[in-house]
Amino acid sequence: MINFKINGKQHSLDIDPDTPLLWAIRENVGLTGTKFGCGISQCGACTVHLNGVPVRSCIIPVAAADGAEITTIEGIADESGLHPIQQAWIDEQVPQCGYCQSGQIMSAVALLRDKPDPTDADIDSAMSGNVCRCGMYARIKRGIKRVAADSKAMVSIYNPTNGEAKESDPATGITEEVQHG
Amino acid sequence: MGKWTRRGFITAGVLGGSALIIGVAIRPGNRATALSGLTTEGSESLINAWVKIDADNKVTAIVPHSEMGQGAQTALTQMLADELDANWEDVSFMEAPAEDEYANWALGKGFVLGDTPIPKIFAGSVDGLFIQVSKAMHLQITGGSLSIRSTGVYGMRVAGAAAKEVLKEAAAKEWNVKTSELTTDKGIIKHKASGKEAPYANFAVAAGHISAPRSPILKSPDQFTIMGKSKPRLDIPSKVDGSAMFGVDVVVDNMKIASIAAAPVFGAKLEKVDTSDAKKMPGVVKIIELENAVAVVAEGYWQATQALAATKITWSKTDNDQLNSDAIYKQFDDAIIGALEKGETNTDISTGDSDSALKQGKVISRKYRVPYLAHACMEPMNAVASVANGKCEVWTGTQNPLGCKYDLAAALDIDASNVTVNNYFMGGGFGRRSIADTAIQAALISKALGAPVKLIWSREEDTQHDHYRPAVVSHFQAALDEESLPTAWLNQYVDKHEPVEAPYIPYSIDNQQISYVDSPTHIPFGPWRSVDHSQHGFFTESFIDELAIEAKEDPYHFRQKLLSHHPRHLKVLDLAAERSDWGRPLGKHQGRGISLQASFGSIVAEVVEVSLIEGKIKVDRVVVAVDAGFAVSPDGLTAQMESGVIYGLTAALYGDVEIEAGKVKQSNFDDYPMVRMSDSPVIETHIINSMESWGGAGEPGTPGTAPALANAIFDATGTRVRKLPVSNYDFNIEFIEQNEV
Ligand code: FES
Ligand code: FES
Repeated sequence: MINFKINGKQHSLDIDPDTPLLWAIRENVGLTGTKFGCGISQCGACTVHLNGVPVRSCIIPVAAADGAEITTIEGIADESGLHPIQQAWIDEQVPQCGYCQSGQIMSAVALLRDKPDPTDADIDSAMSGNVCRCGMYARIKRGIKRVAADSKAMVSIYNPTNGEAKESDPATGITEEVQHG
Repeated sequence: MGKWTRRGFITAGVLGGSALIIGVAIRPGNRATALSGLTTEGSESLINAWVKIDADNKVTAIVPHSEMGQGAQTALTQMLADELDANWEDVSFMEAPAEDEYANWALGKGFVLGDTPIPKIFAGSVDGLFIQVSKAMHLQITGGSLSIRSTGVYGMRVAGAAAKEVLKEAAAKEWNVKTSELTTDKGIIKHKASGKEAPYANFAVAAGHISAPRSPILKSPDQFTIMGKSKPRLDIPSKVDGSAMFGVDVVVDNMKIASIAAAPVFGAKLEKVDTSDAKKMPGVVKIIELENAVAVVAEGYWQATQALAATKITWSKTDNDQLNSDAIYKQFDDAIIGALEKGETNTDISTGDSDSALKQGKVISRKYRVPYLAHACMEPMNAVASVANGKCEVWTGTQNPLGCKYDLAAALDIDASNVTVNNYFMGGGFGRRSIADTAIQAALISKALGAPVKLIWSREEDTQHDHYRPAVVSHFQAALDEESLPTAWLNQYVDKHEPVEAPYIPYSIDNQQISYVDSPTHIPFGPWRSVDHSQHGFFTESFIDELAIEAKEDPYHFRQKLLSHHPRHLKVLDLAAERSDWGRPLGKHQGRGISLQASFGSIVAEVVEVSLIEGKIKVDRVVVAVDAGFAVSPDGLTAQMESGVIYGLTAALYGDVEIEAGKVKQSNFDDYPMVRMSDSPVIETHIINSMESWGGAGEPGTPGTAPALANAIFDATGTRVRKLPVSNYDFNIEFIEQNEV
């Protein structure tokens, strides 16, 4: 039995521990916003946050997520509305087909949390694992910069379980619980 | 009640007792030749546009195009809403389903009307010519950049304008005033003299009983209020929160999941299967043998793929088991040379006397080639199917829902009336999703299983079982006179598909000989973003550049000189040059290149700037100028240019589907790489609204990218790229290719 929290909700799954997290999320939990693109960690469509760290869920066995907190695209908005990145994606009209965008947004959320005011090089290195076959890279970059400009303050990812925010140390990539507000 | 206009059929009616519906069926005749390619038989095709105005004044545009990301549905809705003078905030769209009890998907059973029968008002339109023409059609394609220039111009605008006219007429009757005294604005009809005003909805029922106008008056561009504005796309909000439903997200009751392996060599058949290990694996439900594929059905996708990997499959031998890319390219070269010797090429264009022009001038000969390419849609091919009791229902993302329905009917040998296709968002189409192969597999698996099934192709399957952009070899000769102006243009290439004009050039050269020869291979092919323009754009715009170099002329000025009779092209070229600051000195290992390509009714010029950094080509900047006649949504057109450029760059830099032992060598994004954020250039798009006939947006950005890039690389390095992709060249060694491939 694998236990984890997705978007604050507890799940217990009785599945083969080798099943990639992606398929557990899509087929067993039933959240389909996280996408399958390549299955070999090459495209980023399946990006989710595992204890706050962006990972490619297509190559992570679900066993590795036992006891973890997972955030998917469905879990980044809160009751006050869309995450600033989601709003920026609408404002900049980023998506074309939209299939890559869950992954793009999850990578961008993590980037901005770690580096609220990223340079072009920061954006390139954080986002180059996410392929956009519709070629919306310029808009993705603009979306990220719009959020950075809108709030030079820390962008945080809302954790629906306890209302706390998660922030990770850019140097170590380690995520710690912090009190927000 | 409906009436034929010069181009189409307009009809009005009342739905559910309170809503006005206006339908426009398009009969393009021979003037709109862009549409003629859509018919499978006969010479006419129909595309319908519909508008519904509800009791609460909400307007629904019913759009016969699917959404693969190009924003066409929003642009089409804008066109309708503008002519209708609707309030944009009250406008939404829905996609017409694949029904064709004549081509009226909008009124198909179970749609709009629920299960109520087709209203009487349409009875007159359900037979006669309508049924004939629609029977010949079975096509509802989103592709060929057709959405705006055909459906939009001939359908959506007419539907909006017709609806406005019948509403006004109904209001005039009720208020007892002249129609000419009424004005419309944001969904309200006003009568200034009496101060009366009321929403459209108040007149919906009365309007439904009014005979639709024969040819409603369309707005002139200065009257546009919604067209020409960058309206936020209606589909985008669902694409930022994970709620957008793609084909792969569909879940139906009792559904199992399937993974498939088709014969790696195209044309091979399944010979034998050893399932002894696979069938014992957890979650496996059934292993199904198709004629040329094996599918494992399991409880989950991962279980299905694991068991598929453990299935030992033997495929039949074929004549192509030893074939590789080099042999195919040689076959193409030989075919051209052989056909030329025998005088057996098929002529595209033959003007003047090219042979004597060659004898009198300086002759330049070049050969180019481009490889097979996969579409690599972000969402791998997939379909959900449920086949039972002689009926088939499919849930998938398709560019051609109606064609998919008929292909399914044929594959299952049932009547098309027993097939239902439910269309979903597509994670990329680019032409790939106009082919129903995956849906057919899913249906056959479901039939064999006796339960609904979701078939998901692995990325490897997707890369290795595409319908590829064809590889092409193209040979050129030209003659330059004493003033270094071209006097002859000879071009012979293999395999012609669509559109016919793809290899044609806009440049004034008196003597032209353009022809092709068929040289079939066993590789399946299909439309790939911009179709034949994707190859010929590279060929012709590279060769004209080489002529400029031979003429010792600036490639931009050389083109300029040859375009005096094409002022529209010239303007686009000039704009790209000007905005890129053509002529500005560049650094030592930098270069720029230009291209000009008209396709799908739009003219696009691109200037690409590159740097050579440590033996690698870095694309710094792409400046695009585009004349699509009129940009319904300027930001939408800009986005399509950006998208088309990146698609073209990926192909030019990396795209290479190689054939090895009869099968495709590449398999996933590790060996079939994509342009990523880190190697994507700055892209600047400049739009000209010439108000000439409206062109496409989705495809015209792609063809000019590869040649402008190759021309820039020559400028930066002295190396002329004549065989794509660029990644096959080693820029660590500086060399200049001579006059042959
Ligand atoms: S599906 Fe996981 S990286 Fe592509
Ligand atoms: S929006 Fe289509 S792949 Fe990114």
